[in-house]
Amino acid sequence: MSRSPVSPRSPPAVSRTRFGAGRMWPLWEWLFRIAPPSWSEYVLRHWSGRKVVIAIPWVWLGLFFLVPFLIVFKISFSEVRIAMPPYAPLIEWLGDQALQLRLNLANYTFLLTDDLYVSSYLYSIKVAAVSSLWCLAIGYPMAYAMARCTQTWRNLFLLLVMLPSFTSFLLRVYAWIGLLKNNGVINNVLMALGVINEPITMMQTDFAVYVGIVYSYLPFMILPLYNNLEKHDPALLEAAADLGARPVTTFLRITLPLSLDGIVAGLLLVFIPAVGEFVIPSLLGRTDQLMIGRVLTDEFFSNRDWPVASAVAIVMLLLLVLPIMIFQRYQTRELERRR
Amino acid sequence: MKRRRIFQAVALTVGFAFLYAPILSMMFFSFNNSRLVTVWDAANSPTLKWYVALFRNEQILDAAWLSVEIGAMTATGAVFFGTLAGMVLARFGPFRGRTLLSGMTTAPLVMPEVITGLSLLLLFVAMEQAIGWPAGRGALTITIAHITFTMAYVTVIVQSRLAGFDDSLEEAAMDLGARPARVFFRITLPLIMPAIVSGWLLAFTLSWDDVVISQFVAGPGSSTLPMVIFSKVRLGVSPDVNALATLLVIVVASIVIAGTLWMRRQERLRDRETRLALAENK
Amino acid sequence: MNEVQAANGRAPAPGLAREYVRVDRVTKKFGDFVAVDDVTLTIGQGEIFCLLGGSGCGKTTLLRMLAGFETPSAGAIFIDGQDMAGIPPYERPANMMFQSYALFPHMTVAGNVAFGLEQERLAKAEITRRVGEILDLVKMAPYTKRKPHQLSGGQRQRVALARALVKRPKLLLLDEPLGALDKKLREQTQFELLGIQERLGVTFVVVTHDQEEAMTLATRIGVMDRGKIVQVGTPTEIYEYPASRFVADFIGSVNMFEGRLVEDEPDHVRIESGELGGTVYVDHGISAAPEATVWTAIRPEKINIGRERPEGPDNAVRGVVKEIAYMGDISVFLVRIDSGRMVRVSRPNIVRQADDRISWDETVYLSWHASSPIVLTQ
Repeated sequence: MSRSPVSPRSPPAVSRTRFGAGRMWPLWEWLFRIAPPSWSEYVLRHWSGRKVVIAIPWVWLGLFFLVPFLIVFKISFSEVRIAMPPYAPLIEWLGDQALQLRLNLANYTFLLTDDLYVSSYLYSIKVAAVSSLWCLAIGYPMAYAMARCTQTWRNLFLLLVMLPSFTSFLLRVYAWIGLLKNNGVINNVLMALGVINEPITMMQTDFAVYVGIVYSYLPFMILPLYNNLEKHDPALLEAAADLGARPVTTFLRITLPLSLDGIVAGLLLVFIPAVGEFVIPSLLGRTDQLMIGRVLTDEFFSNRDWPVASAVAIVMLLLLVLPIMIFQRYQTRELERRR
Repeated sequence: MKRRRIFQAVALTVGFAFLYAPILSMMFFSFNNSRLVTVWDAANSPTLKWYVALFRNEQILDAAWLSVEIGAMTATGAVFFGTLAGMVLARFGPFRGRTLLSGMTTAPLVMPEVITGLSLLLLFVAMEQAIGWPAGRGALTITIAHITFTMAYVTVIVQSRLAGFDDSLEEAAMDLGARPARVFFRITLPLIMPAIVSGWLLAFTLSWDDVVISQFVAGPGSSTLPMVIFSKVRLGVSPDVNALATLLVIVVASIVIAGTLWMRRQERLRDRETRLALAENK
Repeated sequence: MNEVQAANGRAPAPGLAREYVRVDRVTKKFGDFVAVDDVTLTIGQGEIFCLLGGSGCGKTTLLRMLAGFETPSAGAIFIDGQDMAGIPPYERPANMMFQSYALFPHMTVAGNVAFGLEQERLAKAEITRRVGEILDLVKMAPYTKRKPHQLSGGQRQRVALARALVKRPKLLLLDEPLGALDKKLREQTQFELLGIQERLGVTFVVVTHDQEEAMTLATRIGVMDRGKIVQVGTPTEIYEYPASRFVADFIGSVNMFEGRLVEDEPDHVRIESGELGGTVYVDHGISAAPEATVWTAIRPEKINIGRERPEGPDNAVRGVVKEIAYMGDISVFLVRIDSGRMVRVSRPNIVRQADDRISWDETVYLSWHASSPIVLTQ
């Protein structure tokens, strides 16, 4: 299936026999008769089965992934209106048949001037960056330790890493409320042990958001790191030791550089979605400083200002374009390497 | 050597304690009698009263059933489109639009959910205006949205499974007289079946778990289970949610563990057969 | 390697065979890379034609174009007189045996073999009969219910062969058919393959990088280098009369000396070679410009080694033995001749123990018969 069985420049006569040899022949015969000759010839020449197969996922993703972005982009330039949908069309027919194009940059200038948005963007990036570094700090030793186990243990640990992500993400974040709140498990235990007298406020702090994000995204850090570390040839470490390197040197000079791909992938897998995270800050986070995902939803649902919400999304996308592209390059390379 | 063992043990213990402590505490307190969730009422616990309450809660049961329906439809659709996309990317060589297609299949893996949700809702609104379909929002729009973001995962799974197989298998089938469609159904599909099964389960889980995208594209009267839970827990902890979480963890864990054990058994069986056959041939 | 050489007993009869495959000026490019470069080739019916060359020489690409997996960038391929352009693999009268065997892992041996027949929509009984027949032929009948992972390498090879042959193709394409087998098994399988080919009368096109394999199997060999066919001939022709330095060097081992043509007569030539430090007399004429630079190639087994200087001014040179490799059936001597070049000489160990065996650092004379040197102009 890998290569086109028929060269794309083969004449229609050949295509005709190609279709004709199958059981579908009567159908094609009938199509030839009813369709205008030029059309049916076009179909036979250009729509081999291969193209149909390519077209199906392409069209779906184009319609439901690509086009929506264009719509968001378009709406981010329009004005808010009290109507359904609550925005003004970009192109309007004026009375005298003149076409008016209203490109409205007001939404974007609004984002820049209002402190709320700028600080939310910066806060989101800070939270995502800190959380992904914490994920790395916890995930790297785990992945490293797992990769050095025997096969049976590796499989078991891998299962244990994946298992929580198969249960509800929402409920796992919820579980932290029970642990972190003022009369929650952590405070109760600490007070019972006499470590503290007053409960520590942990809910609705930056700390709670970090914990929530690190907790939820940790598997996404561990898996690419593990995949990478597991492939390292143990002979490399032995060779380094043989050449006189101490364990720390071996790690810094051999293992760490070789696992750079895994580190980058893991960081991006955590950082990118964390920037737009909505559920975790809503349940655990501060109320005086919102993350941008929350700002977007509020703008959309509470204020019903679709154009501004769209502009917020577009700016967020622009911030994430570079990391997303790096991630894609990594992902493609990873898949090619398996071949 | 010894130091490495200690390091291994510490890293794994701390890591897994972090991963499992919240889940275990949540399960533990689901048997608590007190409404205060985290204060253990030793006199009247353990009790199953929150489980009973859960099964009397019509709203949660309805939402759970809707989520199952949407999850199953999503998983099936995602497997269909994702398998095609994976096939195309792994086997079809270069074609026009390949880069864009591969971009469109990897981007949803990391795309913030609020963006996906917002853009799809705006699309549905625009489409309804332009062609009158989809009329209103509900299970259908949620399913479409879920298929779109979960098919990326199926694509990646299928693609990497296919990359592990030599394409000479498919060439051999074609060489023996099978047309492309037949090659797919007789050779490719059976080979990638494990990937398709795990893709289906993953898509189901992701759909079953999603709250942000659903919130955007759901209409009135179509609340999925995560949406119901979210609105409940936003108001604070509630013991019947603990019960629900416990049930969920147990069900999911048993399915995943059983599946893994089964796969391991198959593998071991196969290994033994191989060894036996080779020993016999000596 | 070189002991196989001319001992090929199979009668090459390409002149008698009807043309079955014709490759007409075929070129295949992958982007800027030219994998197959303007190749023209005819293969007769019932032949075993070997495409021999190093990795990346284009031999596999040529085979894949015959099977229909690649489309030529230019030129045409005819099988049995029919132009193959636009004909997909599943409609070609050729079957292929893959290097990896490509056995379907989810089907039994019988299922694998039956697959091709099922595509022809034959009756079930007919399929069962033919599968049984062919599995008998390759001695795999006891293993019909096994899956590929339960078979050894040799058994997999047989199943792959049976799967390709059961469709009764007129043309069988084999990509490194014995590459994955160990040496002992390879030798045995080579002869079995020959037996099967003779019984069924199928035309074989074999791709291999192993010259020994090509020598034993082939009626004719096409040597490929960087996308081009550099010589086509019977194994004997290729070994004894290579057309170029590349072929002489690629097949077997050879001692090559650059020289100048000093005497050019119809019945003999004489070559002066600085690298050899002497002259070479060849008892047949060659076609080259006078005073042209030529290369003389002499096979190690065609060189005599002795302590006394042979008579005559030509075809003899003095040297010192630097290395002796005892290989059981033969011994290989590396001799540094007076000009400083190392020369490789091989001698069969005819007697078990020779008292006057030549040893290290002895001064020896190397000589050869006037018919032995190969004179190459390119």
